[in-house]
Amino acid sequence: MSPSDPVVPEDVSGAVPAGRSEPPGTPSGRDPLRIVHIYPHLLGTYGDAGNALVLGQRARSRGIPVEIITVQPGEPVPAQGDIYLLGGGEDAKQTAAAHELREDGGILVAARRGAAILGICAGYQLLGETFLGVGGAVTPGLGLLDVRTGRLEQRAVGNILARPAADTWLPDLIGFENHGGATTLGPGAGALGYVTVGVGNGDGRETEGAVQGVVFGTYLHGPALALNPAFADRLLATAVGDLAPLDDLLSDRLRHHRLTEVLPASARAGRVDRITALLRGRKPTGASGATASLSEVP
Amino acid sequence: MLSDESSLDRLRLATALQAGRLAGALSRRLGQGAGTVVRGRVVLALAPDALRSLAAGRRSVVVTGTNGKSTTTRLISAALGEDVATNSSGANMGPGLVTALDDERGSVAVLETDELHVPAVMRSVEPAVVVALNLTRDQLDRTHEVSRTSGVWGTAFGARPVTVVANAADPHVVAAALRGASAVWVDPGLRWTEDATVCPRCGQLLDWTDGRWSSGCGLVMPEPDYVLTETGVRLPDGRDVPFEIKLPGVVNRGNAVFALAVAGVFGIPAEEAAARLADVDVVDGRYAELDLGGRPARLFLAKNPAGWAAALAMIEPGAQLIVGINARIADGTDTSWLYDVPFERLRGRVVGAIGDRRDDLAVRLHYAGAIPTVHTDPVALAATLPPGPLVVAANYTAFRELRSHVAV
Repeated sequence: MSPSDPVVPEDVSGAVPAGRSEPPGTPSGRDPLRIVHIYPHLLGTYGDAGNALVLGQRARSRGIPVEIITVQPGEPVPAQGDIYLLGGGEDAKQTAAAHELREDGGILVAARRGAAILGICAGYQLLGETFLGVGGAVTPGLGLLDVRTGRLEQRAVGNILARPAADTWLPDLIGFENHGGATTLGPGAGALGYVTVGVGNGDGRETEGAVQGVVFGTYLHGPALALNPAFADRLLATAVGDLAPLDDLLSDRLRHHRLTEVLPASARAGRVDRITALLRGRKPTGASGATASLSEVP
Repeated sequence: MLSDESSLDRLRLATALQAGRLAGALSRRLGQGAGTVVRGRVVLALAPDALRSLAAGRRSVVVTGTNGKSTTTRLISAALGEDVATNSSGANMGPGLVTALDDERGSVAVLETDELHVPAVMRSVEPAVVVALNLTRDQLDRTHEVSRTSGVWGTAFGARPVTVVANAADPHVVAAALRGASAVWVDPGLRWTEDATVCPRCGQLLDWTDGRWSSGCGLVMPEPDYVLTETGVRLPDGRDVPFEIKLPGVVNRGNAVFALAVAGVFGIPAEEAAARLADVDVVDGRYAELDLGGRPARLFLAKNPAGWAAALAMIEPGAQLIVGINARIADGTDTSWLYDVPFERLRGRVVGAIGDRRDDLAVRLHYAGAIPTVHTDPVALAATLPPGPLVVAANYTAFRELRSHVAV
């Protein structure tokens, strides 16, 4: 479907679609699950398209028909989607995207309906109350998460591991972060998790991401749902209810490798980095130590 | 006392170069690789201005961009004739350049240069020509943002009189090249629009129509001076000159056009330069023939989404494919970019997965609809794949490890 096609109104009276009437896994003429991928050209720096792909494949594998609606700037954002995805992007693109989304209003209507929304990096920041846009200007966000974003003293770049907040019922969240934002949670938002490797929100309280109802934000960038299939299923469940399990052998092997090799190595590098910085009386260079300085003379 | 100082400088440089050669030899003896970088580092530690001294008196070409640096450096070196010094090892930061220029005489230097090291290298070697190939997402954990690199280039290009041979089809390259003293515009044929959606100058969405881009602020794709055609190149005077190269793919024909444009700046007739390009076949292991336990395979290097799109397009439809992915510092430690590679083109096909991050790759291939076969050993894996031509495509450090299988 192109976004300009008329959208058949669903039940807009109920707040949260706690699950549709069909049992899971039956393709019995149901409406397709509508995944709305917002402005991939503005918000899509790090493989963010992977999240729409992963959600779609995981639904189809269970016999649930899927429609992935990609919306470009200037096109109307459908208000009747089930899951909305916003990825990462540079400052100018983030500011442009926030402006377009506010003008359009479709995603705000969807949020009031109780549609699930996942914002990553820049997408996370612009779901909040304010973020720093072009030139560091405090810029209003969409106000769907009670968070405010300022700037980290040092850009956070590296592997990240977060222990999820208890009420999310998720396994460990793994990923990679690359951002300069410091995000503070207000009373309306809970932390998605607590950082054990990496920086996350950088609020001095070790929090990572935010959750408010079915609106989620995270600094686990790019294809976060490919690395965290339980998180993907959690988003799907908000729209379709209980899900049949899938064969996740390949994902399990990937997560095992990250948890037993990649993340411990990052944690070691981060510790060495902090100790070295302490000895030199400087700030650490970054979570992974993999950053290069532009002023570095070759 | 000036003469004493300069003779002191010469002595210091000579001592530094000698110390560097010893360090390089020691590194090789200890089995720590070719010693190219160690050697240059030692030289620069003892004589920080060594690169400037070694480049002095040569007419230099700096070659940079996200993809095609090594291959285009080789093609330019071939096009410019015999009196050329170049860093053919692929070590493309200060130390590697020092080693190359210590080893190679030649009144012309063609220097592949890492994107972020362009300003420092330009300050030292004071090139006559800079070749700006393309600027797309690659190692975002290191370069952070494409637009930032474009800005870094623009400042460097504007800081001294230099001719920029630039990709007219890449808006981030154009924004930087316009700040140089003069530009020669190249249309290398291929378009990669995924990283060129908004104007690098004003931030508005770019309009792409018929392969040409324009922005609301007035920035538009420049009229190209050299254009890749079906059979060769169209020159600034409108003539068509056909050329043949041994390297596969349209992307390498585009790289050849950059080489012909540089030859043009050097006053070498296009026909003469084009004939020299036909000699280039393997570039530092790229496109080399491998022997995987008796099964021949062709080795490709691809490092980022644009490079992978080009590599996947080069693979003949019936060929079997092994993909190798590492995520070491030289590769970029973030594997998110795998989801920006159009692996969907491999839907329904069995694809071998090797490298440190073979599990990341397997998940990506699975979601792309391909059927991954994961293995630690490329030789054992090759034996399990269906018969037919075999291509092994890998990112940087995985590629370097695979070069140990080059057929002899």
